[in-house]
Amino acid sequence: MALDGSLERLRREGHIVVVGASLAGLRAAETLREEGFTGTLTMIGDEPHEPYDRPPLSKQVLLGLVPVDRTALPRRRAIDARWRLGVAATALDMAAKRVTLADGTSVEYDRLLIATGVRSRPWPNELEAGLDGVFVLRTTDDAARLVHRLRAGPRRVLVIGAGFTGSEIASVCRERELPVTVAERGPAPLVGALGGVIGEVAAELQHQYGVDLRCGVMVTGLEGDGAGRLRRAHFSDGDALDAEVAVVALGATRNTEWLAGSGLAAGPRGIACDAGCRAFDVRGIVSDDVFVAGDVARSPHPLFGYQFLSLEHWGNAVAQAEVAAHNMISPGERRRPHLWTPYFWSAQFGRNIKSVGVPNMADQILVSQGSLSEHRFTAVYGYQGRVIAAVTFDQAKWLEFYQRQIERAAPFPLPFTTVDRRTEGMRPVPAGFPDPSVPSHGPEVTVSGHSPTDQRVTFTPA
Amino acid sequence: MRVVVDLNRCQGYAQCAFLAPDVFAMHGEEALLYDAQPDDAHRADVLRAVAACPVRAITVEGAGGRWTADRVGASDGA
Repeated sequence: MALDGSLERLRREGHIVVVGASLAGLRAAETLREEGFTGTLTMIGDEPHEPYDRPPLSKQVLLGLVPVDRTALPRRRAIDARWRLGVAATALDMAAKRVTLADGTSVEYDRLLIATGVRSRPWPNELEAGLDGVFVLRTTDDAARLVHRLRAGPRRVLVIGAGFTGSEIASVCRERELPVTVAERGPAPLVGALGGVIGEVAAELQHQYGVDLRCGVMVTGLEGDGAGRLRRAHFSDGDALDAEVAVVALGATRNTEWLAGSGLAAGPRGIACDAGCRAFDVRGIVSDDVFVAGDVARSPHPLFGYQFLSLEHWGNAVAQAEVAAHNMISPGERRRPHLWTPYFWSAQFGRNIKSVGVPNMADQILVSQGSLSEHRFTAVYGYQGRVIAAVTFDQAKWLEFYQRQIERAAPFPLPFTTVDRRTEGMRPVPAGFPDPSVPSHGPEVTVSGHSPTDQRVTFTPA
Repeated sequence: MRVVVDLNRCQGYAQCAFLAPDVFAMHGEEALLYDAQPDDAHRADVLRAVAACPVRAITVEGAGGRWTADRVGASDGA
């Protein structure tokens, strides 16, 4: 099919609405213009700010090295959009092709891109969550409040949850020489994302930097004083801790509530879409008008058994937005699949942690370069005899090699030796991922859905 | 001016930290922290850093800058 009349009209004078004005939404809008879309473009965002970069918030911004209002994203090009910032989308009518906004107005579209992302999972007890001194960290406003409080020098900070964000916050607290306690329900920090073997290394680093790390415990209550200020936290092991600041870092929840009743396949685990970023409706049929990109999307990846991956990764948001935008204004035969290999980074406790692939699918792990005890190494993850992921601590330069091994489904363990191989790297060991059906702060990557090879469904906590 | 570094791409060569030390700084041996909206006074330094980055991970908006961060891991052609 060449460009038929309707697609040509869409590209020339159609109306494309992007819900979600962060990294994915912005990059999609730029791609639409880059590829020749000359119609009307509307950007809807619930935050009042123009698109900004989030990764610095838990690092240089919290450290006080960069002002909180200075992380706006550079623009690839002018997008000539109508901006509706500070107003959330509240409903979608797919039959009428209409998005309703929180201020009661509505916007009609010819094509819609949903890039509403995720938000911090709040502390479950609302009264306790409302105490002065209880924070989450996701937005620039969150960061502004938290950095202001850290600057005041609280006597102790409690971080609830030792995933990547919680660990980065704890690291910043130690660099600010603030006493910090980290409470983690699992057996080690980062265990949901990287497994028990690497979790042990993460725990050693936290101890080395003076974190009071408490694993295998839950925070059961936050207690305020008469003025509504956080005073103390209570733990499942019966202990209590005085703290003036608590940061709730229990992972993220996907912004899909506004789609309830819309008929889209949207829920707490995201919006299901095909590899071309077209959204599924509840019947499992893809839409030609509604596309999805970024943290809120779940899409099947051929490299990982066609399982639906939902990735809270910066690079994924960019790559998926580009594919979605291209496909929105392209005829069928020119559409592209989103085949990004998962990639992410974290800076904490003086180390640069990077990952490629999907570690939490793995059954085994092997330290192929360097040494765990030196906290400088490359670890390879295997799943049913093939390389599925790799993680580096201060060895980022090797990661690209392992990316290629993942993409060509190389055998695990690798049938050749590697630079700086130690005795500990001679034999694979169990990767040590916790049972995904046990609730935790949740892994960075959730893997779920039917696999054509083994028809196995993996459930992860919502 | 506005700057973004694709930290998936960054391998910690630290060229930027030498060429524009007011904007880019190594944190530990390999992690990079940077100011995403440095003053225009640093533009020349930042552009030198963009040009010197061995993995072309730095992008600058506006005059003298251009989008250089290619997708990491995408197997589809542009």
